[in-house]
Amino acid sequence: MSDTYTLYNPTVMEHFMNPRNMGDIKDADGVGEVGAAACGDIMKISIKIKDGKIEDARFKTFGCGSAIASSSMATELIKGRTIAEAMDFSNQEVVDALGGLPPVKIHCSVLAEEALKAALEDYMKKHPEAAAKAGQAETVAA
Amino acid sequence: MRHVFLDHQSSTPVLPEVFDAMKPFFTEAFGNPSSLHQHGLRVRDALKKARQQMAALIGADSEEEIFFTSDGTESANLAIKGVAYANERKGKHLVISATEHPSVINSIEFLEKQGWTCTRVGVDAEGVLKLDELRAAITPQTVLVAVHHVNHDIGTVQPMREVGKVCAEKGVPLYVDCEASAGWLPINVKEFGAALVSFSPHRFYGPKGVGVLYRNKKARIVSMMHGGVQEGGRRAGTENVPAIVGGGMAAEIALPELPKRIAHTAHLQKRLWDGLRSKITYIKLNGAEPGPKRVSTNLNLSTEFIEGEGQLLLCDLNGIAVASGSSCVSKSLKVSHVLGAIGLDHALAQGNIIMTLGMMNTEEDIDYTVETFAKIATKLRGMSPMWDEFERGIIDSVIAPTGRGKSFSQHAAEVSGKAAH
Repeated sequence: MSDTYTLYNPTVMEHFMNPRNMGDIKDADGVGEVGAAACGDIMKISIKIKDGKIEDARFKTFGCGSAIASSSMATELIKGRTIAEAMDFSNQEVVDALGGLPPVKIHCSVLAEEALKAALEDYMKKHPEAAAKAGQAETVAA
Repeated sequence: MRHVFLDHQSSTPVLPEVFDAMKPFFTEAFGNPSSLHQHGLRVRDALKKARQQMAALIGADSEEEIFFTSDGTESANLAIKGVAYANERKGKHLVISATEHPSVINSIEFLEKQGWTCTRVGVDAEGVLKLDELRAAITPQTVLVAVHHVNHDIGTVQPMREVGKVCAEKGVPLYVDCEASAGWLPINVKEFGAALVSFSPHRFYGPKGVGVLYRNKKARIVSMMHGGVQEGGRRAGTENVPAIVGGGMAAEIALPELPKRIAHTAHLQKRLWDGLRSKITYIKLNGAEPGPKRVSTNLNLSTEFIEGEGQLLLCDLNGIAVASGSSCVSKSLKVSHVLGAIGLDHALAQGNIIMTLGMMNTEEDIDYTVETFAKIATKLRGMSPMWDEFERGIIDSVIAPTGRGKSFSQHAAEVSGKAAH
């Protein structure tokens, strides 16, 4: 075969083959692990917070190509964002940045959003003062 | 890059002899077999020859028992709905195995919505039909029993003679789906005690676009496709002549080659499974061990702590074509019902890969596949939170439990807030 056909678009394939930020953060400030009831995939995101911003984010995923690509892209997108900004993160950003996902795979990007938010909640549980600050920032922004 | 096709259950290439046999029927022998002039009569003879070739492959007495459809799915629909509607007054109950192909199961589900009832007979952990349950399931209202010869997912060979005996004792016609066995294993409709048998030539080096339905006098069927009087009035519509001719040639080539095909694929099947299990930890073969209970072409594997679609994609990127019964691969987001029926843990069903062998596969292909698949498993496990959690003793292995940690399913339910299905 001279041509190569792919199940996903080139961006998704590229993130699947060469995932960014794959792994765990030692001494992470927040860790979120979530599963998709629909398909059985599991995603784990760990974050490092410095000066109210996400300094580092890494993922581990048990799931399909689009779940791996979604977690890779989500960790790329949220690095450098403030906690309040990250709390507003939406799966649509992942879908858009990946140049679209097949309809049946949109839930993979939702899983990435949920894993990130679970990691942020874990962080805020451990740091109530940061939660209060993030809440204020959100109020101001609103 | 090496290209290894390990998905012969999905389709096979048309053999050059088959293609050559088909060619004239696209151009000079283009006639419609229903026509009464020279063009039609010439083609009619070709169809008769193809029916004889199909009949010989499955040990049928007469070519008059062979009907052509468009594919295996249509043959299954005609067998099930055709018998059900023809026997409506006699009874509205059917019996199938729990591991039939979707073309059978979904035909049954259609009938259930129309007022028929169906009993699904269970299988054991190897996928073998429970004969005592089959016997108990048949009632005086049962008009058809449907059991596949070889399972499309896990390659289990069903005890057809025993199934046929039970059906004969009860006086109920038996329909056998031979989609995964025709051209690879001997089939004898009389030994099976089958009233109906279906298969399609594209699974054994014939073309797509033709399906075969064998039917003997034990089963009454009504037509599901209405129009002209083709196929003895059982299936209206102009016959796909080139495909039928090619299919017949594929059947003729297959019959004397069966021992060679079995020997070749059984050798590679053993080499592949031995290689994979020596190189990869926590890998399981689903269904029976290679031998009389398993077709020589099939390996259905579960590699623990990683998901099937990722394995499939990485195989494909390395030139290896495989299939998977994982939920991520299915359009319905559900794992294969066959894996559920053999009681396979959801975690293992998610890590499912199906490799099906054929005549063009070589030992070098197998060795490349073993080496590549081991690398893929290592890569995906490095990305999997489950592997890490297994190594840390948080979750346990299903394949080889260490006694540490909770089950994957329990863990998955906790993190997703819902039980896995």
